[in-house]
Amino acid sequence: MKLKNKDLLGLENLDKKEIQLIMDTAGPFKEIFTRSIKKVPALRGRTVVLLFYEPSTRTKNSFELAAKRLSADTLNVPVSTSSVVKGESLIDTVKTIEAMKADFVIIRHGMAGAAEIVSRAIKSSVINAGDGAHEHPTQGLLDLFTIREKKGKIKGLKVTIIGDILHSRVARSNIWGLKKMGAEVRVCAPATLIPKEIETMGVEVFYNLNKALKDTDVIYTLRIQLERQKEHLLPSLREYTEFYGVTNERLKYAKEDCLVMHPGPMNRGVEIFGEVADGKRSVILDQVTNGIAIRMAVLYLLAGNKQMNNRD
Amino acid sequence: MRKILIKNGRVIDPANKTDKLLDILIEGDKISSLKKSLPSTAEKVIDARGKIVVPGLIDMHVHLREPGREDEETIASGTKAAVMGGITSVCCMANTNPCIDNVSGVKFILLRAKNEGLVNVFPIGSVTRELLGRELSPMGEMSKAGIVAVSDDGSSIMNAKIMRRALEYAKTFNLPVIIHSEDLNLSQGGVINEGKMSAILGLTGIPREAENIMVARDIALAELTGAKIHIAHVSTKESVGLIKEAKKNGIKVTCETCPHYFTLTEKSVGKYNTNMKMKPPLRTQRDIKAIREGLADGTIDCIVSDHAPHLDIEKDVEFNLAAFGVVGLETLLPLIMVELVEKKVLSLFEAIKKVTLNPATILKLKKGRIKVGECADLTIIDSQKELKIDTGFFHSKCKNSPFIGIKLKGFAVTTIVKGRIAMENRILVSN
Repeated sequence: MKLKNKDLLGLENLDKKEIQLIMDTAGPFKEIFTRSIKKVPALRGRTVVLLFYEPSTRTKNSFELAAKRLSADTLNVPVSTSSVVKGESLIDTVKTIEAMKADFVIIRHGMAGAAEIVSRAIKSSVINAGDGAHEHPTQGLLDLFTIREKKGKIKGLKVTIIGDILHSRVARSNIWGLKKMGAEVRVCAPATLIPKEIETMGVEVFYNLNKALKDTDVIYTLRIQLERQKEHLLPSLREYTEFYGVTNERLKYAKEDCLVMHPGPMNRGVEIFGEVADGKRSVILDQVTNGIAIRMAVLYLLAGNKQMNNRD
Repeated sequence: MRKILIKNGRVIDPANKTDKLLDILIEGDKISSLKKSLPSTAEKVIDARGKIVVPGLIDMHVHLREPGREDEETIASGTKAAVMGGITSVCCMANTNPCIDNVSGVKFILLRAKNEGLVNVFPIGSVTRELLGRELSPMGEMSKAGIVAVSDDGSSIMNAKIMRRALEYAKTFNLPVIIHSEDLNLSQGGVINEGKMSAILGLTGIPREAENIMVARDIALAELTGAKIHIAHVSTKESVGLIKEAKKNGIKVTCETCPHYFTLTEKSVGKYNTNMKMKPPLRTQRDIKAIREGLADGTIDCIVSDHAPHLDIEKDVEFNLAAFGVVGLETLLPLIMVELVEKKVLSLFEAIKKVTLNPATILKLKKGRIKVGECADLTIIDSQKELKIDTGFFHSKCKNSPFIGIKLKGFAVTTIVKGRIAMENRILVSN
């Protein structure tokens, strides 16, 4: 089986079988890099370009390690030093990268739809590493993989996503992925951080965290940004923490064996407390490890897809 | 004097409640005879058998971009697009660069239109200086110079007191105030309708209330001042309801909508299609239904294009960065024909009225009718003419149409402006 498209832009466009394929492929890759020699030659001779318009350490490092462990060559194009500051358009920038014969363009951009625009403009495989508040598909996949690894299944689980749903690409990718895999998804935040008509994505909206956590199998906390205060979305972080911060006390409302997840970077003492992040239910560091395996799987599967081979 | 005879056409003129087979004789720039079976003595005879002859269409909401953005459109290129769309009169909005907020601006437009324009161009002056919503523009002087209305289209006058004064002042000169209804605080940062699509795409939404609140406010101010207001590009169900109620109460309010608001919904944004980005944004199916009802029951008086040309480089960018607006002069008529007439929302007669007599009445233009002794502005429509809308279809400098890729039926085939055949059989006729 193969992935249908040359690109990975979001989980909205993947079907259940494709998601399963990526997860099934990630398993063996995780085994590979837990050995002392962490590298396989699968992508030898391929070029992976990391085009990051937003600062990101963990996603970029994770992709870069994934590419290197597959023996691909990587090129970092950080925005501050590129011609973007000279006013070059996004399409011109990626066409230039394509002309350098990049096989993959991994793009992180602050605006929703940026990866989509890029994928239409070039033939290289485009992987969306986060576009505005739209999607962050590899994050969604690694989260699904982690849940499946720990719980043995996804179907029928109750997952509660807490925090800034309005601005979160992680939330959107997780909602699509979890719904496709048969989970029940709840979102919980003050109403200012819940997008209008989010229910049409198949989720249930809660404003009260204790109620949202009832019978929950997976607690997914999102990073809350300080700027939200200035945008009249929150009166203060202190108040947010009081009502939505995940503490050990709060965990009592969820199932006893529930998982706690966070995409990072965390604001300890704001949306999640140290006692939870470092506690026995936390799988936050597993998410990081699994992220590399998932990204290796995505690169490997896209490299093997037909369109790309035809081009060679 | 050159004579043109249009024979055997079905003449529809809402001003005279005419719908019958008639011949029209044009002498010079005027209609000289309107009868059944006129003798073919003219040097030019147009056989309009099987076709519809209507007063030249009036599009009262157009952005011609001159002065300032001649790369996007000029009075020459925009009026060329109008001719191809069967439109013989356009009203151009004041948000050029510099904007039309003084007499010299008005004179510039009229001079350019005289020298370069292929159709009648009626300038609209701004309500406030530099469109900033602070100080009133010299409406009286501009009115003397030839504006037909005032509008800060593209922006909103957020301060209700300034709006009140503007309405009172415009009333002094009997100028209608055309209002772009958008609460700029509510719409801030928004790029599409707030709803399902904005939730999924992660784009900031513009709530329908941004329009509704301003429509409600300005109806209240129209009542307070007794001024004539005209609500531009109505896009929501609630706006239609508010205007319907206001009309019932005798408030002097008229309004318009555009083809995209009775045809497309937010769903059309699809995967970030920037040709679907405009203000107000595309709404939902229930809004389309309400707008069609509003057209049918007379709440909505006019249909306009809100022709807003933008270059590829302003549209082939990140959705957030893409310019708002779509071209529309060349698709106005076929969309009315396909979506309203063919689907029996409006009779042909009523549909034509919304692009001829109604805008002429609102703006007091001596246009929009077929009458002996009056200016010969005429459009001949072939209701069976089918064309595919692709980038090669357009005569405007820009191709940013939300209708690219579809087929439409019912086009203007001949356009006559002031007695001159400007387009014949879909081919432009040069001077």
